[in-house]
Amino acid sequence: MKRLTSHRLFWPLVTLVLLLAINASFNPGFWQLRWRDGHLYGSIIDILNRAAPLAIVSLGMTLVIATRGIDISVGAVVAISAAVAAWMIGGQLVMQDGAPVYLSRFPMGLALACAMGVALLCGLWNGVLVAGAGIQPIIATLILMVAGRGVAQLVTGGQIITVYYPPFFFLGGGFLFGLPFALFVVAAIWLVLQLALTRTALGLFIQAIGVNPAAARLAGVRQRLITVCVYGFCGLAAGVAGLLLSSNVKSADGNNAGQLMELDAILAVTLGGTLLTGGRFTLAGSVIGALIIQTLTSTIYSIGVPPEVNLVVKAAVVFVVMLLQSPDFRTWLRSIAVRPAARSAA
Amino acid sequence: MSALPQMTTPSIERAEPPKLQVVPPAPASQRRGPRLRAEQLPLALTILLFGVMAAYGSVAYTGFFSAQVFLNLLIDNAFLLIVAVGMTFVILAGGIDLSVGSVIALTTMVEATLVERHGWSATAVIPLVLAMGLVFGTVQGFLIQRFRLQPFIVTLAGMFLARGLCYLISIDSISMADETFGEISQARFSLWEGASLSVGAIIALVVVAVGLFVAHGTAFGRTVYAIGGSEHSALLMGLPVARTTVQVYALSGFCSALAGVVFSFYMLSGYGLHATGLELDTIAAVVIGGTLLSGGVGHVAGTLFGVLTLGIIQTLISFDGTLSSWWTRIVIGALLFVFCLLQRLFEGRRGHAVS
Repeated sequence: MKRLTSHRLFWPLVTLVLLLAINASFNPGFWQLRWRDGHLYGSIIDILNRAAPLAIVSLGMTLVIATRGIDISVGAVVAISAAVAAWMIGGQLVMQDGAPVYLSRFPMGLALACAMGVALLCGLWNGVLVAGAGIQPIIATLILMVAGRGVAQLVTGGQIITVYYPPFFFLGGGFLFGLPFALFVVAAIWLVLQLALTRTALGLFIQAIGVNPAAARLAGVRQRLITVCVYGFCGLAAGVAGLLLSSNVKSADGNNAGQLMELDAILAVTLGGTLLTGGRFTLAGSVIGALIIQTLTSTIYSIGVPPEVNLVVKAAVVFVVMLLQSPDFRTWLRSIAVRPAARSAA
Repeated sequence: MSALPQMTTPSIERAEPPKLQVVPPAPASQRRGPRLRAEQLPLALTILLFGVMAAYGSVAYTGFFSAQVFLNLLIDNAFLLIVAVGMTFVILAGGIDLSVGSVIALTTMVEATLVERHGWSATAVIPLVLAMGLVFGTVQGFLIQRFRLQPFIVTLAGMFLARGLCYLISIDSISMADETFGEISQARFSLWEGASLSVGAIIALVVVAVGLFVAHGTAFGRTVYAIGGSEHSALLMGLPVARTTVQVYALSGFCSALAGVVFSFYMLSGYGLHATGLELDTIAAVVIGGTLLSGGVGHVAGTLFGVLTLGIIQTLISFDGTLSSWWTRIVIGALLFVFCLLQRLFEGRRGHAVS
């Protein structure tokens, strides 16, 4: 039992199960899965699908936080990637031989590659500022956070670009083997990362950098290179999330796409049990964290609380989690809990 | 990279003596020798940049070179200036406060509801919201100090909380038809022929003056600099580190609430989406004003010029008319980038000098 409760995924999982149980008690049909038109339908599938972009961003953020960094530009990168993809695809209806055909401005593959390439560049830029120029991570990524929304609006021309190209909608709204396609994207990224981190020394290196960057460098870990790569990956992940989001809503809004995404991602990572002080990290925890946040949102909607409460609840959750992570708070709690007991014993 | 500052610094020192004298704590910097001059370079550069942009605007656009255009910089950015003074103290002490924008929104929201929906008078509401900001900041400071939490994450949660509370009050914008607020909003103090300041701008200037005094003339200010320089040393020197850390966040909370009051004079409405992203503009203004993000080095006067520089960028873009509003964000991002790199150069120099 002790071993079970001390597992690092224990509390995140308990939170998730609790939230799901609350959902189920308010909504009897919560667990129901229906098979319709060759797809699975149900609340659970919906939550999974909606949590996918956040889960992907959280995976990237986990690695950044593991190296003692932070990336607050992910929301802006989501907007940039969505804007680039939407602009390059665009799409229009053309009659060819009497049949309506949708045409994209550029081939879709090229558009997706460009969007992800731009996102990767954004991430690498952050990485170079952090590892190369030695600027504090929060400030280095603040630059892109401020400028990035401007760049995204530059691409979209300050408008919301609507996409009329059905093949693009498959990414965020399509189904594969009866499950949302976005889930396969999350699973693939997670699997590749997990393999890279556990089958090679990369995970160890990242952890070493997070625990003590100077010691890691002295031990021969190529700290700068790895840090740049980690930020690059975080940017790429945000780019993929941007593609899923814009495909799901069939448009790109330079100003509002991915708004507050950085905060949700940091929250998901923290909820999952990754320490903000670097070193200890868990990919599975971050995915669970993303699911918790999405389930929380669904719960708030389904039990009829006004959605505005969402932010207050999130704030309360962040306060509780960060206090529980603080050693000073635990010591203080223990001193309160122990003192009256000692007094009553005497 | 290491040769660059050594080459450039002497020439800039020769070129900039009048600029450097503008900086208030001149005696302290002279005592500590020429090394600190280099750290004042970002501020000198900001003032120079402001001058160049003002000169460019005056030459390029008709009607730009008038006293009112420059006073409008203060009027339109009064709330930003007030928040930025509070933020300067937080950053000087080595922290950060991301909750400022949402505290402004919460202040306007509470004012608007109490005045419009519950019939409170402005004289009762304003002290209340100021006290609210003070308490909000104090609680954040207490959490950061007592439980050794990261300022970034605590104030981030504070930001969620304040915005959430706004939406709990109302999702929609509440416009304020109250007479007192309307009169204060309309009031203009004419300085000379055809040039005037609003109440908000005057409050902002007073806040800057008080901020200058507190930073450079009181024990509290010196303790803030000491904590930013090295918290451990400050503790060993017997300075009240714990108390001062909490007070710094309380000050920032109070400044945010005051900025919220000024913002409500400016907008005459309460809305949960007011001042979104203002925390970023504020940090940018403080950094461009020459305050080092690692803490311990900086000036309240620099923050004034940081805010004015951001303001003049916006004014230039609006005078130009062909550039879209998002260029403001891109230019601010680029400026932030340049100033961060400059800071790194000086920090590197300091590091070399010590070793």
